[in-house]
Amino acid sequence: MRSRPLWAPLLVAGLTVACGPGACAFGVDHSAQPPGGPLRVSAAVSLTDALTPVARKWEAVGNVHVELNFAASNVLARQILEGAPVDVFISADEAQMNRLVEAGAAGRADVTPLLTNQLVVVTPAGRPLSGTLPSALADAAVKRIAMGDPQGVPAGVYAKAWLESAGLWRQVEPKIVPSNSVRAALAAVDSANADAGIVYGTDAKGHAGVTIAYEVPLADAPPIVYPVGVIAKSPHPDLARLFVAYLQTTPARTVFADAGFVVHDTANAR
Amino acid sequence: MTGELLGIIQLTVLVALAATLVMLPPGVALAWWLARSRSPLTSIVETLVTLPLVLPPVATGYLLLRLLGRRGLLGGVIDRIGVDVIFTWRALVIAMVVMGLPLVVRAARAGFEQGTRRFEQMAETLGAGPLRVFFTISLPLARRSVLAGALLGFSRALGEFGASIVVAGSIPGETRTVSLAMYGFLETGRDGDAMRLVAVSLVIALAAVWLSNRLVREGA
Repeated sequence: MRSRPLWAPLLVAGLTVACGPGACAFGVDHSAQPPGGPLRVSAAVSLTDALTPVARKWEAVGNVHVELNFAASNVLARQILEGAPVDVFISADEAQMNRLVEAGAAGRADVTPLLTNQLVVVTPAGRPLSGTLPSALADAAVKRIAMGDPQGVPAGVYAKAWLESAGLWRQVEPKIVPSNSVRAALAAVDSANADAGIVYGTDAKGHAGVTIAYEVPLADAPPIVYPVGVIAKSPHPDLARLFVAYLQTTPARTVFADAGFVVHDTANAR
Repeated sequence: MTGELLGIIQLTVLVALAATLVMLPPGVALAWWLARSRSPLTSIVETLVTLPLVLPPVATGYLLLRLLGRRGLLGGVIDRIGVDVIFTWRALVIAMVVMGLPLVVRAARAGFEQGTRRFEQMAETLGAGPLRVFFTISLPLARRSVLAGALLGFSRALGEFGASIVVAGSIPGETRTVSLAMYGFLETGRDGDAMRLVAVSLVIALAAVWLSNRLVREGA
């Protein structure tokens, strides 16, 4: 009977020592990156499908790699306030961006409105609601309505404001399944575990599992503006500003418009 | 402590208690069977029961969702009965039971394996049926281990997060437990309230661990 080789645990121990706190001798080699990169962009989860191709387009013309981090804007804002290494933040509402500006984490001059979105009511594919929307949301047959947490997730904050102005909030509130991002709300409707959901039009568009049952008229809901801002602690602010400017160029605007966003006409050169 | 926080703590304790009561009978039965049976099935059953202890809780939640959701394997049956499960307190109880069961089984099993077989055989030779043997000999002798298991299962239920958020959501007043509320408060910048819940959790956890250790030590 042979004994187990001794070198295996030793090798593991050696590797562990080599990867001390801070740096790892066997880590990923970033030297192949163009200088200054990568650029870390934290963006509202509703931008997932639109921003990813925009970032790849930006890289395709010879720019540094963009690392995208998608989550609910309030979550991202908190991460940035706690010191997450982020260069650019795109929020789904102005409140979360203002949180950063007020805390000094982003310069007011570095914040620009970029996009506008619209709320829609979605139902699981093949399970339409009876009755006319939006008042049907108050019907007893509708038991669960998925939306972003109205206490913080922008899509939920907007949805609550709309429901309040439509006089439906009181009846709808007990049915709400608050999720920690608009995508999670969409998934709950997709699986038919929620009878309806209130999400952004851009998220619902092209999503096979859900049907857009009602588009909230722009005039009925608060304006859903996505501001973009450069984070003050960014190690390469000039590069970050360049990326923000790129988001307002025609190639980027085309992608956003195709996804269903209204692109702001503030392509003001800095 | 505001009414909202007290409500969250009350809901959590009630649902976790309900889950503990639900997980005890099958947990004790399984533990006893695993301790006594020589069937080749034991290792398979033991692995399955232990799985939620090792699997990422979110994965357990997702499997439960695929099972119990409206488009899930049992979803049609549940729909026909007319009971709402997903995104209700029932889903919360189910998630807690699945997550707590392995702890009950492991602790209780240790109690049944403490060399009490002799007393059971004595009772059997005196004419006691298997149920009577179980309730008058096996269970009383293993009671400390069973209690310790119940306590561990209860603590696990109290703190359950990953599976709960997937199957039960985080609905204020219905499924928002201490853990889910803590996370929600952190996300919405209510750090003070999150810290208050952390303090409460700390007290409960300390009490549970201390009690459980005491039970196990004195039972040995």
